[in-house]
Order: sequence, then C-alpha cells, then structure tokens
Amino acid sequence: MELALGLKYIAVALLIGFGAIGTGLGFGNMGGKFLEACARQPELAPSLQVKMFILAGLIDAVAMIGVGIAMFLLFAA
Amino acid sequence: MAAEELTVQSHIQHHLSNAKMCSVEGEIAFNKACENAGFMTLHVDTLAWSIGLGIIFLMIFRAAAKKATTDVPGKLQCFIEMIIELVSNNVRDTFHGKSKLIAPLALTIFVWIFLMNLMDLIPVDFLPAFAGWVGSTMFGMDSHDVYMKIVPTTDINMTAGLAIGVFLLMIGYSIGMKGVVGFIKELTLQPFSSNNIFAQILLIPFNLLLELIGLFAKPFSLALRLFGNLYAGEMIFILIGVIGLWQLPLHFPWAVFHILVITLQAFVFMMLSIVYLSMASSDSH
Repeated sequence: MELALGLKYIAVALLIGFGAIGTGLGFGNMGGKFLEACARQPELAPSLQVKMFILAGLIDAVAMIGVGIAMFLLFAA
Repeated sequence: MAAEELTVQSHIQHHLSNAKMCSVEGEIAFNKACENAGFMTLHVDTLAWSIGLGIIFLMIFRAAAKKATTDVPGKLQCFIEMIIELVSNNVRDTFHGKSKLIAPLALTIFVWIFLMNLMDLIPVDFLPAFAGWVGSTMFGMDSHDVYMKIVPTTDINMTAGLAIGVFLLMIGYSIGMKGVVGFIKELTLQPFSSNNIFAQILLIPFNLLLELIGLFAKPFSLALRLFGNLYAGEMIFILIGVIGLWQLPLHFPWAVFHILVITLQAFVFMMLSIVYLSMASSDSH
C-alpha cells in the first residue's frame, strides 16, 4: 500500500522531470535559432515570432501531457 | 496531520470533479450515484458551460455582423474585425486548397476554445461556491455535494470531442478530394513504394502501420495538448489556493502566464486544424 504510494510519487517526479528536460532543450535550441535569424534579418522578426509561438505550443505539448497525467495521478487517482 | 491531509485532498477532489448525470437502473441519478454507471455518464457542467459559451460567442458575433457598417466602425466592429483578420490571414497563408468551410471553422475553433479557456481565469472557488449556495438554499442539498467545473476544456471529453470533429473533417476532406481509392492509396503506398508489384504488396502492411500511426497521432495529440495544458493550469490554481496567506504573490504571476497559455493553446489548435485539413485536401506527397 505504502509501496504503491511511494512508487506513485516517483512516477510523478519522473513524468514532470523528463518532460522539463526535453522542453528545456527544445526551447533553448529554438530560441537560439530564432534570435540568430532575427539578428541576420531583422525584417523577418514579426513573422518569425508568430511561427515561434506556434512551435512553442507544439514543443510544450508532450511535456504538458506528462504534467497533466502527473497531476491526475497525484490528486485524482 | 492525517486529518488535514484528508480535507485538503477532499477539497481538491471536490474542485476536480465534474457534475455527472447518468441513468442508474432506469432512473436519472447524479454525481456520487454515478460511480458504477459506466460509459453513458454525462458531464452536465461541461455541456452546459461549453454550449452556453458557444451561444454567447454566436450572439456577440451576430450582433457585430448585423450592425456592421462601412462608415466609421464602432469599437465592437473593430475588435471583431481584428479577430477575423487574424484568422483570415492565417488561413490564407496556410491552407492550400479550395474550401469555403475552413475560415469559419478556424474562427469558431479559435474563439470558442479561447472563451472556454478564459473561464480558467475566474477564481476557482467563485462560481462553484455560488452554485453550492444555490444548491443549498434552493434545493436543500449539502453544498459539498454540488460539483461544478467551469472550464469545459479541462474535461478530456470536451477536447477529445473537438479533436474527433477535426479528425472526421480530415477524413471527409481526404475522401472528398481524392476519392476513397485515392485515400487508401495514400495510406498504403507511402512512404515506401516500389515499381515491382510484388515488393509493393509486401510493403503495404509497413506503410499502413506507419501511416495509421501518423493519422491517429493527430487528433490524439490535439486533444491531449489542450487538455494537458488546461488541466495542469487549473490544478496549479487550486494548489496555490490551498496554500493560505501566500496566495496572492503566487496567483498573480501564474495568472499572467496563464493568459499567454490560453491564447496560445487556442491559436495552436486552430493552426494545427488548418494545417491538417490543408494536408488532407491536397496531394501532399
């Protein structure tokens, strides 16, 4: 019973932690390239910014799914 | 400590439960009685809030359209025009087919999902507490038995419903533009193709597997992305609310961040729907 509870907490930690690692790497790369592109061609900055937000929504997706599942496990299961 | 855990847990559980309605042994039952009612349990609060917000959206846009003038526009008309211009530009840039349905569909998806997400910014306890008060004064129920979640998109059923709608449209557009044969060809002859007919037949199972995974990943990820973002956001609002006196310094930054998240998620859902429908209605490969 307590083993299951302990394992649940570890599962939640793994879900959120690994999601954070992936998201961090992804956003770091994307943000870096965006800044580089803006530095090279400032006139593209607005359109690139819109595309960056779209990509941000996509990169966040699986990490957020993980966080959603983790929260559900923690509080509603 | 154990008793405190229990009430915090139960408070959080209470705020995370939808108002259910189901039929138990031929009669209509609500909430706790629906534990074992199976699949046909309706989340009444999700349905009510989502349909209500849809009606509000239609009423506002209809009012703006009726009063639209080419003379000096009023503030409402300007605002609606900004939204329509945003959606229209995105559809024009992204959709490479011919359809009259896509732009209104994109507008509906964007504004409806945005309105539903916007309910998340209302403090968690306000409307459920009001509903509890209504329940206890007018119906004599214990206010702890009144469950209401005001954000429909935190219910996986709502987001899955939206995603399934887009999925059905995708398949409909594919079959409409390419025919059933063309649709099946697209699923079975890509990405591995060969000129030798025997090799082609051998490759069909592989192609089918890869393409079906790609096909089903789309609505799956659409539904879960929106649900995950909103559920986690609402969860953190509830948790910050449980903390006590230090709520305000924590609530405010999270709420500001959440404003970005709700707009972004509605926008991403809309963009992805347009992209998927564009891919479905053109010979992409």
